[in-house]
Amino acid sequence: MNKNLLQIKNLSIGYGNKLVAGNLSATIPAGELICLLGSNGTGKSTLMRSICGFQPILGGSVLIDDLEVNQLSEKELSKRIAVVLTDRVVVPNASVQELVGYGRSPYTGMMGRLNAADKIMVSRAMQECGIDHKKDSLLSSLSDGERQKAFIAKALAQDTPLIILDEPTAFLDLPARVEIMQLLRDIANTSQKSILMSTHDLDLALQLSDRLWLLQNGVPLITGSPEDLLLQNAFQRMFQHKGIVFDNKTGLFKVMHDQHSQVAVKGHGFEYVLLRRALSRKGIKVIRANEEESSWLEVKNDSKEAFSLFVDGECIQTESSLEVFVNQVMKMQVYLEVKSSCTIFSE
Amino acid sequence: MQNNLLRKSILIPLSLGILLILLALNLAMGSVSVPISEVFDIVLGHGSSNIIWENILLRTRLPQTIVAMGAGMALGVAGLLMQTLFRNPLAGPSVLGISSGSSLGVGFVLLIAGQFWGFSFSRLGIWGDLAVIIASLGGAFAVLAIILFISHKIGGTLSVLIIGVMIGYLSNSVVGVLKFYSMEEDVHNYVIWGLGSFSRMSVDRAYLFAIITIIPSLLALFLSKSLNLMALGDRYASNLGLKIKRARLLIILCAGTLTAIVTAFCGPIIFIGMAVPHLAKLVSRTSNHFYLICNACILGAITALLCNLLARLPGIDSELPINSVTAFIGAPVVISVIWKKRKENF
Repeated sequence: MNKNLLQIKNLSIGYGNKLVAGNLSATIPAGELICLLGSNGTGKSTLMRSICGFQPILGGSVLIDDLEVNQLSEKELSKRIAVVLTDRVVVPNASVQELVGYGRSPYTGMMGRLNAADKIMVSRAMQECGIDHKKDSLLSSLSDGERQKAFIAKALAQDTPLIILDEPTAFLDLPARVEIMQLLRDIANTSQKSILMSTHDLDLALQLSDRLWLLQNGVPLITGSPEDLLLQNAFQRMFQHKGIVFDNKTGLFKVMHDQHSQVAVKGHGFEYVLLRRALSRKGIKVIRANEEESSWLEVKNDSKEAFSLFVDGECIQTESSLEVFVNQVMKMQVYLEVKSSCTIFSE
Repeated sequence: MQNNLLRKSILIPLSLGILLILLALNLAMGSVSVPISEVFDIVLGHGSSNIIWENILLRTRLPQTIVAMGAGMALGVAGLLMQTLFRNPLAGPSVLGISSGSSLGVGFVLLIAGQFWGFSFSRLGIWGDLAVIIASLGGAFAVLAIILFISHKIGGTLSVLIIGVMIGYLSNSVVGVLKFYSMEEDVHNYVIWGLGSFSRMSVDRAYLFAIITIIPSLLALFLSKSLNLMALGDRYASNLGLKIKRARLLIILCAGTLTAIVTAFCGPIIFIGMAVPHLAKLVSRTSNHFYLICNACILGAITALLCNLLARLPGIDSELPINSVTAFIGAPVVISVIWKKRKENF
């Protein structure tokens, strides 16, 4: 097993007298990508800031290399932890290269001049993050994704065993999110650096991280590999009472729709799934037709007009567009509805 | 990159050239024109055939030119330091209330003395000047001490800024009360002081002034690493190993001292300190404060010399107050910078 780079023991975090979260314990082994998940207000950012030494802790301890973070000087800490913050800082006239160069500050002298070795580190960091083609561009001219890469390159240039990122994917579109997460995954794999990041992208975190930290109100920090946590149903418990259902098999969320009626459907396959989804959005639950109903919907796979509507045993409409079909179903709802005494409640 | 290198290698010699030209023009031009060749002879100590020219140059124009250069340099650097520290393009040397502190000190001397001892300071000649300088330094350093104390006690940079601005308002209101109860002649003197001038000093005192402004301006170069990191925000700066409180203290101390000295000798000079940093950032597109401070030094001197030249253009009998000229130069600069930057997210 890897040596633990960072250890959190019985940590309490908060501001002054206000406790945000307590009784937190976890470790970060070398070379792992760890995602911190939790709803807004559970104290993700506070936890990150406490680990970085930006704010005093209320109890317990944070150890890096077996040294108390709070007792390290800025200089010593700057060689151990590099951060990428959510704050959108505007640095007037700073080019990517200059920003990444400032990452070398812990190692430069009084005037902050970069020597040859520093310059090599800077250009390597920019290459690793795939931003070296933009090295002379101003930060203000970059897209959000490129900007984030530049700041990650800055953290790489800082040459620390641990990089902490506070919601690095927050303002990005989906492709950029995936790209940034993959970049971080690559860094953890190739450089043996540990990375701790907070995120709301559960699906990406499940696929890419070695370990997850789940932060919830009033519960100790849950840690483990994504697969173990799936086995323990940790996510279902985390998102209980929130109107969402976590599907363990797919690792995806389902939105819970209020269902007020149900119709019978014959058929199966992709078309069936799509029909079920479209109807579910309109508050109509789909049940399997069991030959007793007089009116039902039928799905034919691989047919040009896949969807048919049967009322009293007669086909009164076939349709290729699901949108038109669903509208028709809505109109005919009174005839189609299957009465049921049980509570209607589905995914 | 090519373009950038080209700009860097051309711009510094170019701006130094402009500086030299303005220097010569400042000495040569005015209500009496002196030929350039004579100017060189006189300044280099060879003397001149025309004793009037020699007098004009050595007694008036030379000290004025030296003072303008020193003041412009100091204010440019101080303004740059403040804009970076507070991450605010509208900050300037006066933002921490240091020049208001000066005004308060001078107000006490010019306005109150008349009330208590029944004479006007303007009649005291050289001692009066000295008293004004000392009072101004006293007021400025008192405010600077308060600001440094607060900055040491308080965490956030923004709170320091707000408290500085508030101290400025407080001293202005005290000055307002003093004015209200003062003799008309004293108020007039005070107003004249407040308009600023580069021409209050003899040649010897001008050299002294140059030394005490240029040295701290160049010392600011040692703050360039701290400034580069401060520009990233407090958190990034501290994560990169910077002791925020100490860096902030040194930056405020440096900018405050420069502002205090200039205000004491020249009165509160407005706009140069706010406009020059924008020019410095425009000239070389870098966030590295080593270059920005160099630029601010040169461009500060250029701007001040230009203002000084315009203040006594041929055809104007007396000199215009320097602050009305600086506003005319500075305001368009600031406006054009903001206008140019509107495309970037600002």
